[in-house]
Amino acid sequence: MTYFESYLTVGAFIALGALLVGVVLVLARALAPSNPSAEKLSTYECGVDPVGSGWSQTYVRYYLYGLLFVIFDIEAVFIFPWAIQLESLGMFGLIEMLVFIGILVLGLVYAIRKGVLRWE
Amino acid sequence: MDWIDFLIVVLRVVVVFALLLLVTIINVWAERKVVADFQNRIGPERAGPFGMLQTVADGLKLFFKESIIPARSEVGMFLLAPFLAVIPAFLIFLNIPFGRPITIGDRVIPLQGMDVDVGLLIVLAMSSMAVYAVVIAGWSSGSKYPLLGGVRATAQAISYEAAMGLAMVAVVLFSATQAADAPGGTLSLAELVERQSGTWAGIIPRWNLIPQIVAFVIFFIAAIAETNRAPFDLVEAEQELVGGYFTEYSGMRFAMFFLAEYINIFSMSALTATLFLGGWNGPTWDGVLPVWLSALLPFVWFMIKTYVLVFIFFWIRATLPRLRYDQLMALGWKRLIPGALGWLMLTAVVLGYRRFGLPWS
Repeated sequence: MTYFESYLTVGAFIALGALLVGVVLVLARALAPSNPSAEKLSTYECGVDPVGSGWSQTYVRYYLYGLLFVIFDIEAVFIFPWAIQLESLGMFGLIEMLVFIGILVLGLVYAIRKGVLRWE
Repeated sequence: MDWIDFLIVVLRVVVVFALLLLVTIINVWAERKVVADFQNRIGPERAGPFGMLQTVADGLKLFFKESIIPARSEVGMFLLAPFLAVIPAFLIFLNIPFGRPITIGDRVIPLQGMDVDVGLLIVLAMSSMAVYAVVIAGWSSGSKYPLLGGVRATAQAISYEAAMGLAMVAVVLFSATQAADAPGGTLSLAELVERQSGTWAGIIPRWNLIPQIVAFVIFFIAAIAETNRAPFDLVEAEQELVGGYFTEYSGMRFAMFFLAEYINIFSMSALTATLFLGGWNGPTWDGVLPVWLSALLPFVWFMIKTYVLVFIFFWIRATLPRLRYDQLMALGWKRLIPGALGWLMLTAVVLGYRRFGLPWS
Protein backbone atom coordinates (compact mmCIF):
# COMPACT_ATOMS: atom_id res chain seq x y z
CA MET A 1 0.00 0.00 0.00
CA THR A 2 1.70 3.19 -1.10
CA TYR A 3 1.04 6.66 0.18
CA PHE A 4 -1.44 7.70 -2.48
CA GLU A 5 -3.24 4.38 -2.60
CA SER A 6 -4.16 4.85 1.08
CA TYR A 7 -5.75 8.15 0.27
CA LEU A 8 -7.50 6.52 -2.66
CA THR A 9 -9.30 4.45 -0.06
CA VAL A 10 -10.32 7.64 1.73
CA GLY A 11 -11.74 8.93 -1.55
CA ALA A 12 -13.59 5.66 -2.15
CA PHE A 13 -15.02 5.84 1.33
CA ILE A 14 -16.20 9.42 0.96
CA ALA A 15 -17.82 8.53 -2.37
CA LEU A 16 -19.46 5.42 -0.94
CA GLY A 17 -20.71 7.32 2.10
CA ALA A 18 -22.18 10.06 -0.06
CA LEU A 19 -23.71 7.42 -2.33
CA LEU A 20 -25.30 5.58 0.58
CA VAL A 21 -26.89 8.73 2.00
CA GLY A 22 -27.93 9.81 -1.48
CA VAL A 23 -29.56 6.50 -2.36
CA VAL A 24 -31.39 6.35 0.96
CA LEU A 25 -32.70 9.89 0.57
CA VAL A 26 -33.77 9.35 -3.04
CA LEU A 27 -35.51 6.12 -2.08
CA ALA A 28 -37.26 7.87 0.79
CA ARG A 29 -38.35 10.61 -1.58
CA ALA A 30 -39.89 8.01 -3.87
CA LEU A 31 -41.66 6.17 -1.07
CA ALA A 32 -42.69 8.95 1.30
CA PRO A 33 -45.81 11.03 0.78
CA SER A 34 -45.36 14.72 0.11
CA ASN A 35 -48.24 17.12 0.57
CA PRO A 36 -46.84 20.30 2.05
CA SER A 37 -49.05 22.99 3.45
CA ALA A 38 -48.23 26.41 4.85
CA GLU A 39 -48.71 25.24 8.44
CA LYS A 40 -46.59 22.17 7.92
CA LEU A 41 -43.72 24.16 6.44
CA SER A 42 -43.70 26.75 9.18
CA THR A 43 -40.96 26.70 11.79
CA TYR A 44 -41.59 24.73 14.97
CA GLU A 45 -42.17 26.84 18.03
CA CYS A 46 -44.21 25.00 20.64
CA GLY A 47 -47.29 24.96 18.44
CA VAL A 48 -47.83 28.72 18.18
CA ASP A 49 -46.97 30.80 15.12
CA PRO A 50 -43.22 31.54 15.16
CA VAL A 51 -42.31 34.93 16.54
CA GLY A 52 -39.60 36.98 14.84
CA SER A 53 -36.77 35.59 12.79
CA GLY A 54 -35.16 32.22 13.37
CA TRP A 55 -31.73 33.79 13.50
CA SER A 56 -31.33 35.58 16.77
CA GLN A 57 -28.30 36.99 18.55
CA THR A 58 -26.37 34.54 20.66
CA TYR A 59 -24.32 34.93 23.77
CA VAL A 60 -20.88 36.46 23.14
CA ARG A 61 -19.23 33.99 25.53
CA TYR A 62 -19.40 31.26 22.91
CA TYR A 63 -17.08 33.43 20.84
CA LEU A 64 -14.53 33.69 23.64
CA TYR A 65 -14.38 29.91 23.86
CA GLY A 66 -13.73 29.85 20.15
CA LEU A 67 -10.76 32.21 20.59
CA LEU A 68 -9.31 30.13 23.41
CA PHE A 69 -9.77 26.97 21.39
CA VAL A 70 -7.66 28.33 18.53
CA ILE A 71 -4.72 28.67 20.93
CA PHE A 72 -5.01 25.11 22.13
CA ASP A 73 -5.53 23.72 18.65
CA ILE A 74 -2.41 25.41 17.31
CA GLU A 75 -0.59 24.12 20.33
CA ALA A 76 -1.57 20.58 19.29
CA VAL A 77 -0.02 21.24 15.88
CA PHE A 78 3.31 21.83 17.64
CA ILE A 79 3.02 19.12 20.26
CA PHE A 80 2.20 16.15 17.98
CA PRO A 81 5.44 16.31 15.93
CA TRP A 82 7.41 16.90 19.12
CA ALA A 83 5.86 13.82 20.77
CA ILE A 84 6.95 11.68 17.83
CA GLN A 85 10.46 13.06 17.64
CA LEU A 86 11.25 13.34 21.35
CA GLU A 87 13.80 10.52 21.06
CA SER A 88 15.98 12.47 18.62
CA LEU A 89 15.36 15.92 20.11
CA GLY A 90 16.75 14.84 23.45
CA MET A 91 16.77 16.70 26.74
CA PHE A 92 16.89 20.11 25.08
CA GLY A 93 13.65 19.45 23.19
CA LEU A 94 11.99 18.15 26.33
CA ILE A 95 12.80 21.22 28.41
CA GLU A 96 11.90 23.55 25.57
CA MET A 97 8.45 21.95 25.24
CA LEU A 98 7.92 22.08 28.99
CA VAL A 99 8.59 25.83 28.86
CA PHE A 100 6.14 26.13 25.94
CA ILE A 101 3.41 24.19 27.73
CA GLY A 102 4.15 26.16 30.90
CA ILE A 103 3.45 29.42 29.07
CA LEU A 104 0.19 27.99 27.77
CA VAL A 105 -0.86 26.94 31.25
CA LEU A 106 -0.11 30.48 32.43
CA GLY A 107 -2.35 31.77 29.65
CA LEU A 108 -5.17 29.46 30.70
CA VAL A 109 -4.76 30.46 34.35
CA TYR A 110 -4.85 34.12 33.29
CA ALA A 111 -8.05 33.54 31.33
CA ILE A 112 -9.66 31.77 34.28
CA ARG A 113 -8.58 34.49 36.72
CA LYS A 114 -9.91 37.18 34.39
CA GLY A 115 -13.28 35.45 34.50
CA VAL A 116 -13.37 34.69 30.79
CA LEU A 117 -14.63 31.20 31.52
CA ARG A 118 -17.23 32.28 34.04
CA TRP A 119 -20.73 31.61 32.80
CA GLU A 120 -23.55 33.66 34.27
CA MET B 1 -1.14 -2.22 -8.26
CA ASP B 2 -2.73 -5.08 -10.18
CA TRP B 3 -6.39 -5.95 -10.15
CA ILE B 4 -6.17 -8.31 -7.18
CA ASP B 5 -4.84 -5.51 -4.98
CA PHE B 6 -7.59 -3.27 -6.24
CA LEU B 7 -10.17 -5.94 -5.45
CA ILE B 8 -8.76 -6.26 -1.93
CA VAL B 9 -9.10 -2.51 -1.37
CA VAL B 10 -12.71 -2.59 -2.60
CA LEU B 11 -13.43 -5.60 -0.43
CA ARG B 12 -12.00 -3.90 2.64
CA VAL B 13 -14.09 -0.80 2.05
CA VAL B 14 -17.25 -2.87 1.62
CA VAL B 15 -16.50 -5.00 4.70
CA VAL B 16 -15.95 -1.93 6.90
CA PHE B 17 -19.14 -0.35 5.57
CA ALA B 18 -21.21 -3.49 6.16
CA LEU B 19 -19.71 -3.88 9.63
CA LEU B 20 -20.62 -0.32 10.57
CA LEU B 21 -24.20 -0.61 9.38
CA LEU B 22 -24.63 -3.96 11.13
CA VAL B 23 -23.25 -2.77 14.47
CA THR B 24 -25.45 0.33 14.27
CA ILE B 25 -28.55 -1.82 13.93
CA ILE B 26 -27.38 -3.90 16.89
CA ASN B 27 -26.30 -0.90 18.98
CA VAL B 28 -29.59 0.97 18.73
CA TRP B 29 -31.40 -2.14 19.87
CA ALA B 30 -28.78 -2.87 22.55
CA GLU B 31 -29.04 0.62 23.98
CA ARG B 32 -32.82 0.44 24.25
CA LYS B 33 -32.61 -3.00 25.83
CA VAL B 34 -29.81 -2.05 28.28
CA VAL B 35 -31.46 1.21 29.33
CA ALA B 36 -34.76 -0.64 29.70
CA ASP B 37 -33.07 -3.11 32.05
CA PHE B 38 -31.61 -0.25 34.08
CA GLN B 39 -35.08 1.24 34.42
CA ASN B 40 -36.76 -2.09 35.17
CA ARG B 41 -38.68 -2.13 31.92
CA ILE B 42 -38.73 -4.77 29.20
CA GLY B 43 -37.79 -2.65 26.20
CA PRO B 44 -38.38 -3.66 22.59
CA GLU B 45 -39.60 -7.27 22.35
CA ARG B 46 -42.08 -7.58 19.48
CA ALA B 47 -40.04 -7.33 16.26
CA GLY B 48 -37.94 -10.45 15.85
CA PRO B 49 -36.34 -12.52 18.64
CA PHE B 50 -35.87 -10.32 21.74
CA GLY B 51 -36.97 -7.37 19.61
CA MET B 52 -33.68 -7.44 17.72
CA LEU B 53 -35.30 -6.31 14.48
CA GLN B 54 -36.80 -3.22 16.12
CA THR B 55 -34.17 -0.95 14.53
CA VAL B 56 -34.87 -2.39 11.09
CA ALA B 57 -38.59 -1.86 11.60
CA ASP B 58 -38.03 1.74 12.72
CA GLY B 59 -35.75 2.39 9.78
CA LEU B 60 -38.26 1.01 7.31
CA LYS B 61 -41.01 3.09 8.87
CA LEU B 62 -38.98 6.26 8.38
CA PHE B 63 -38.78 5.54 4.66
CA PHE B 64 -42.53 6.15 4.46
CA LYS B 65 -42.52 9.36 6.47
CA GLU B 66 -42.68 12.76 4.88
CA SER B 67 -39.41 14.67 4.88
CA ILE B 68 -40.29 18.27 5.49
CA ILE B 69 -38.14 21.17 4.32
CA PRO B 70 -39.30 24.19 6.30
CA ALA B 71 -40.15 27.30 4.30
CA ARG B 72 -37.71 29.46 6.26
CA SER B 73 -34.71 27.16 5.91
CA GLU B 74 -31.63 27.72 3.77
CA VAL B 75 -32.44 24.83 1.46
CA GLY B 76 -28.98 24.03 0.10
CA MET B 77 -27.30 23.89 3.49
CA PHE B 78 -30.31 22.14 4.97
CA LEU B 79 -29.95 19.31 2.45
CA LEU B 80 -26.15 19.17 2.81
CA ALA B 81 -26.03 18.71 6.59
CA PRO B 82 -27.08 14.99 6.73
CA PHE B 83 -24.26 14.13 4.32
CA LEU B 84 -21.75 16.02 6.45
CA ALA B 85 -22.94 14.14 9.51
CA VAL B 86 -22.64 10.63 8.09
CA ILE B 87 -19.44 10.78 6.02
CA PRO B 88 -16.98 11.83 8.80
CA ALA B 89 -18.59 9.23 11.05
CA PHE B 90 -17.70 6.55 8.51
CA LEU B 91 -14.19 7.93 8.01
CA ILE B 92 -13.26 7.69 11.69
CA PHE B 93 -13.77 3.95 11.76
CA LEU B 94 -11.91 3.54 8.48
CA ASN B 95 -8.64 4.18 10.34
CA ILE B 96 -9.15 1.68 13.10
CA PRO B 97 -7.53 -1.76 12.77
CA PHE B 98 -10.12 -4.35 13.77
CA GLY B 99 -8.06 -7.52 13.40
CA ARG B 100 -4.61 -8.93 12.93
CA PRO B 101 -3.30 -8.64 9.36
CA ILE B 102 -4.13 -11.82 7.44
CA THR B 103 -1.45 -13.47 5.29
CA ILE B 104 -2.71 -15.30 2.22
CA GLY B 105 0.10 -16.60 0.03
CA ASP B 106 2.55 -13.71 -0.24
CA ARG B 107 -0.05 -11.01 0.34
CA VAL B 108 -0.51 -9.40 3.73
CA ILE B 109 -4.00 -7.98 4.08
CA PRO B 110 -4.39 -5.53 6.97
CA LEU B 111 -7.86 -5.70 8.52
CA GLN B 112 -8.28 -1.96 8.49
CA GLY B 113 -9.96 0.41 6.08
CA MET B 114 -6.67 2.18 5.47
CA ASP B 115 -3.32 2.41 7.19
CA VAL B 116 -1.88 5.89 6.79
CA ASP B 117 1.00 7.31 8.79
CA VAL B 118 -1.15 10.06 10.23
CA GLY B 119 -4.15 7.90 11.15
CA LEU B 120 -4.58 9.51 14.54
CA LEU B 121 -4.61 13.00 13.04
CA ILE B 122 -7.25 11.97 10.51
CA VAL B 123 -9.39 10.64 13.36
CA LEU B 124 -8.99 13.92 15.22
CA ALA B 125 -9.79 15.93 12.09
CA MET B 126 -12.87 13.86 11.29
CA SER B 127 -14.24 14.15 14.79
CA SER B 128 -14.03 17.94 14.39
CA MET B 129 -15.62 17.73 10.94
CA ALA B 130 -18.70 16.25 12.60
CA VAL B 131 -19.25 19.62 14.27
CA TYR B 132 -19.87 21.24 10.90
CA ALA B 133 -22.90 19.03 10.32
CA VAL B 134 -24.40 20.11 13.62
CA VAL B 135 -23.64 23.79 13.09
CA ILE B 136 -24.91 23.83 9.52
CA ALA B 137 -28.02 21.86 10.42
CA GLY B 138 -28.71 24.20 13.31
CA TRP B 139 -28.13 27.37 11.39
CA SER B 140 -29.83 26.43 8.12
CA SER B 141 -33.09 25.38 9.78
CA GLY B 142 -33.96 29.04 10.31
CA SER B 143 -35.48 28.22 13.66
CA LYS B 144 -34.63 29.16 17.24
CA TYR B 145 -34.12 25.80 18.90
CA PRO B 146 -31.82 24.34 16.24
CA LEU B 147 -29.75 27.52 16.23
CA LEU B 148 -29.23 27.33 19.99
CA GLY B 149 -28.41 23.65 19.71
CA GLY B 150 -25.89 24.34 16.98
CA VAL B 151 -24.13 27.10 18.91
CA ARG B 152 -23.99 24.98 22.04
CA ALA B 153 -22.58 22.10 20.03
CA THR B 154 -19.74 24.18 18.63
CA ALA B 155 -18.60 25.47 22.00
CA GLN B 156 -18.88 22.01 23.55
CA ALA B 157 -17.12 20.14 20.77
CA ILE B 158 -14.17 22.51 20.52
CA SER B 159 -13.72 22.55 24.29
CA TYR B 160 -13.56 18.79 24.60
CA GLU B 161 -11.60 18.31 21.42
CA ALA B 162 -8.70 20.21 22.95
CA ALA B 163 -8.71 17.89 25.97
CA MET B 164 -9.04 14.85 23.72
CA GLY B 165 -6.08 15.86 21.55
CA LEU B 166 -3.87 16.47 24.59
CA ALA B 167 -4.76 13.07 26.04
CA MET B 168 -3.85 11.51 22.69
CA VAL B 169 -0.43 13.22 22.74
CA ALA B 170 0.38 11.62 26.09
CA VAL B 171 -0.41 8.20 24.60
CA VAL B 172 1.71 8.87 21.51
CA LEU B 173 4.57 10.03 23.72
CA PHE B 174 4.36 6.92 25.86
CA SER B 175 4.11 4.49 22.98
CA ALA B 176 7.17 6.10 21.38
CA THR B 177 9.21 4.39 24.06
CA GLN B 178 7.45 1.05 23.65
CA ALA B 179 8.76 0.08 20.23
CA ALA B 180 10.97 -2.97 20.21
CA ASP B 181 12.95 -2.26 17.05
CA ALA B 182 12.09 1.12 15.53
CA PRO B 183 12.54 3.94 18.04
CA GLY B 184 10.48 7.08 17.78
CA GLY B 185 6.79 7.81 17.94
CA THR B 186 4.06 6.98 15.51
CA LEU B 187 0.59 8.22 14.63
CA SER B 188 -0.34 5.09 12.71
CA LEU B 189 -3.07 3.25 14.58
CA ALA B 190 -1.90 -0.14 13.33
CA GLU B 191 1.56 0.56 14.73
CA LEU B 192 0.11 1.82 18.03
CA VAL B 193 -1.76 -1.48 18.41
CA GLU B 194 1.33 -3.46 17.50
CA ARG B 195 3.26 -1.76 20.30
CA GLN B 196 0.74 -2.89 22.88
CA SER B 197 1.25 -6.59 22.18
CA GLY B 198 2.85 -8.88 24.72
CA THR B 199 2.83 -8.66 28.50
CA TRP B 200 4.68 -7.10 31.41
CA ALA B 201 6.05 -9.68 33.85
CA GLY B 202 4.24 -12.42 31.97
CA ILE B 203 0.71 -11.66 33.16
CA ILE B 204 -0.12 -7.96 32.80
CA PRO B 205 -1.00 -7.10 29.18
CA ARG B 206 1.07 -4.22 27.82
CA TRP B 207 -1.95 -2.02 27.27
CA ASN B 208 -1.57 1.74 27.43
CA LEU B 209 -4.45 1.70 29.91
CA ILE B 210 -2.26 0.91 32.91
CA PRO B 211 0.55 3.49 32.55
CA GLN B 212 -1.78 6.03 30.94
CA ILE B 213 -4.83 5.64 33.17
CA VAL B 214 -5.30 9.40 33.62
CA ALA B 215 -5.17 9.97 29.87
CA PHE B 216 -7.71 7.17 29.47
CA VAL B 217 -10.19 8.81 31.83
CA ILE B 218 -9.79 12.23 30.20
CA PHE B 219 -10.00 10.75 26.73
CA PHE B 220 -13.11 8.74 27.47
CA ILE B 221 -14.96 11.66 29.07
CA ALA B 222 -14.01 13.81 26.06
CA ALA B 223 -15.19 11.04 23.72
CA ILE B 224 -18.61 11.01 25.37
CA ALA B 225 -18.79 14.78 25.06
CA GLU B 226 -17.66 14.70 21.41
CA THR B 227 -20.45 12.29 20.50
CA ASN B 228 -22.96 14.50 22.35
CA ARG B 229 -24.12 11.65 24.55
CA ALA B 230 -25.67 11.96 28.00
CA PRO B 231 -24.65 13.50 30.35
CA PHE B 232 -23.19 15.91 27.78
CA ASP B 233 -26.21 15.96 25.45
CA LEU B 234 -27.02 19.63 25.98
CA VAL B 235 -26.86 19.96 22.24
CA GLU B 236 -30.11 18.10 21.88
CA ALA B 237 -31.54 18.54 25.36
CA GLU B 238 -35.16 17.54 24.73
CA GLN B 239 -36.65 19.47 27.62
CA GLU B 240 -35.00 22.76 26.65
CA LEU B 241 -34.39 22.62 22.91
CA VAL B 242 -37.03 20.13 21.69
CA GLY B 243 -34.49 18.16 19.63
CA GLY B 244 -31.65 20.64 19.29
CA TYR B 245 -30.11 20.92 15.87
CA PHE B 246 -32.43 18.36 14.23
CA THR B 247 -35.71 19.82 15.49
CA GLU B 248 -36.71 20.73 11.93
CA TYR B 249 -35.51 17.48 10.36
CA SER B 250 -37.96 14.68 9.75
CA GLY B 251 -38.22 11.39 7.92
CA MET B 252 -35.09 9.87 6.48
CA ARG B 253 -33.01 13.04 6.90
CA PHE B 254 -33.50 12.77 10.64
CA ALA B 255 -32.52 9.10 10.44
CA MET B 256 -29.19 10.10 8.91
CA PHE B 257 -28.27 12.15 12.00
CA PHE B 258 -29.36 9.26 14.15
CA LEU B 259 -27.19 6.87 12.15
CA ALA B 260 -24.20 9.20 12.46
CA GLU B 261 -24.62 9.41 16.22
CA TYR B 262 -24.60 5.67 16.68
CA ILE B 263 -21.68 5.14 14.32
CA ASN B 264 -19.79 7.76 16.31
CA ILE B 265 -20.48 5.94 19.57
CA PHE B 266 -19.10 2.75 18.10
CA SER B 267 -16.11 4.44 16.44
CA MET B 268 -15.16 6.32 19.60
CA SER B 269 -15.37 3.14 21.65
CA ALA B 270 -13.29 1.34 19.04
CA LEU B 271 -10.75 4.17 19.08
CA THR B 272 -10.53 4.09 22.87
CA ALA B 273 -10.05 0.32 22.74
CA THR B 274 -7.35 0.78 20.11
CA LEU B 275 -5.44 3.46 21.98
CA PHE B 276 -5.75 2.16 25.51
CA LEU B 277 -6.97 -1.44 25.59
CA GLY B 278 -4.54 -2.93 23.10
CA GLY B 279 -6.91 -3.05 20.11
CA TRP B 280 -7.09 -6.54 18.70
CA ASN B 281 -4.29 -7.89 20.90
CA GLY B 282 -5.15 -10.98 22.90
CA PRO B 283 -4.26 -14.63 23.11
CA THR B 284 -4.75 -16.38 19.78
CA TRP B 285 -3.14 -19.77 20.55
CA ASP B 286 -1.49 -20.00 17.15
CA GLY B 287 -0.68 -23.56 16.25
CA VAL B 288 -3.01 -25.01 18.89
CA LEU B 289 -6.25 -23.86 17.29
CA PRO B 290 -7.13 -24.23 13.61
CA VAL B 291 -5.68 -21.45 11.45
CA TRP B 292 -9.00 -19.80 10.65
CA LEU B 293 -9.93 -19.64 14.34
CA SER B 294 -6.60 -18.04 15.25
CA ALA B 295 -7.17 -15.47 12.53
CA LEU B 296 -10.68 -14.74 13.78
CA LEU B 297 -9.83 -14.41 17.48
CA PRO B 298 -8.17 -10.92 17.24
CA PHE B 299 -11.39 -9.60 15.74
CA VAL B 300 -13.33 -11.18 18.60
CA TRP B 301 -11.05 -9.57 21.21
CA PHE B 302 -11.42 -6.22 19.47
CA MET B 303 -15.22 -6.49 19.48
CA ILE B 304 -15.33 -7.57 23.13
CA LYS B 305 -13.18 -4.60 24.21
CA THR B 306 -15.21 -2.21 22.08
CA TYR B 307 -18.51 -3.48 23.39
CA VAL B 308 -17.38 -3.17 27.00
CA LEU B 309 -16.81 0.53 26.27
CA VAL B 310 -20.10 0.83 24.36
CA PHE B 311 -21.82 -0.66 27.38
CA ILE B 312 -20.16 1.97 29.59
CA PHE B 313 -21.54 4.63 27.22
CA PHE B 314 -25.06 3.23 27.81
CA TRP B 315 -24.44 2.78 31.51
CA ILE B 316 -23.38 6.41 31.92
CA ARG B 317 -26.42 7.55 29.97
CA ALA B 318 -28.74 5.56 32.22
CA THR B 319 -27.06 6.73 35.42
CA LEU B 320 -26.03 10.38 35.23
CA PRO B 321 -28.34 13.39 34.87
CA ARG B 322 -27.52 16.03 32.30
CA LEU B 323 -24.99 18.72 33.27
CA ARG B 324 -25.82 22.39 33.36
CA TYR B 325 -24.10 24.39 30.63
CA ASP B 326 -21.73 26.29 32.93
CA GLN B 327 -20.81 23.01 34.62
CA LEU B 328 -20.08 21.49 31.23
CA MET B 329 -17.74 24.31 30.29
CA ALA B 330 -16.09 24.39 33.71
CA LEU B 331 -15.45 20.64 33.52
CA GLY B 332 -13.87 20.99 30.10
CA TRP B 333 -11.70 24.05 30.66
CA LYS B 334 -10.94 23.96 34.37
CA ARG B 335 -10.60 20.21 34.92
CA LEU B 336 -9.96 18.23 31.75
CA ILE B 337 -7.65 20.58 29.82
CA PRO B 338 -5.40 21.51 32.79
CA GLY B 339 -5.52 17.85 33.82
CA ALA B 340 -4.47 16.70 30.37
CA LEU B 341 -1.70 19.30 30.21
CA GLY B 342 -0.40 18.29 33.62
CA TRP B 343 -0.51 14.61 32.73
CA LEU B 344 1.29 15.30 29.47
CA MET B 345 4.09 17.16 31.29
CA LEU B 346 4.36 14.40 33.90
CA THR B 347 4.57 11.74 31.18
CA ALA B 348 7.21 13.73 29.32
CA VAL B 349 9.31 14.27 32.45
CA VAL B 350 9.15 10.63 33.53
CA LEU B 351 9.96 9.32 30.06
CA GLY B 352 12.70 11.91 29.61
CA TYR B 353 14.26 10.96 32.93
CA ARG B 354 14.23 7.27 32.02
CA ARG B 355 15.66 7.93 28.60
CA PHE B 356 18.14 10.78 29.12
CA GLY B 357 18.74 10.86 32.88
CA LEU B 358 18.86 14.08 34.86
CA PRO B 359 19.43 17.26 32.82
CA TRP B 360 22.47 18.32 34.88
CA SER B 361 24.26 14.99 34.89
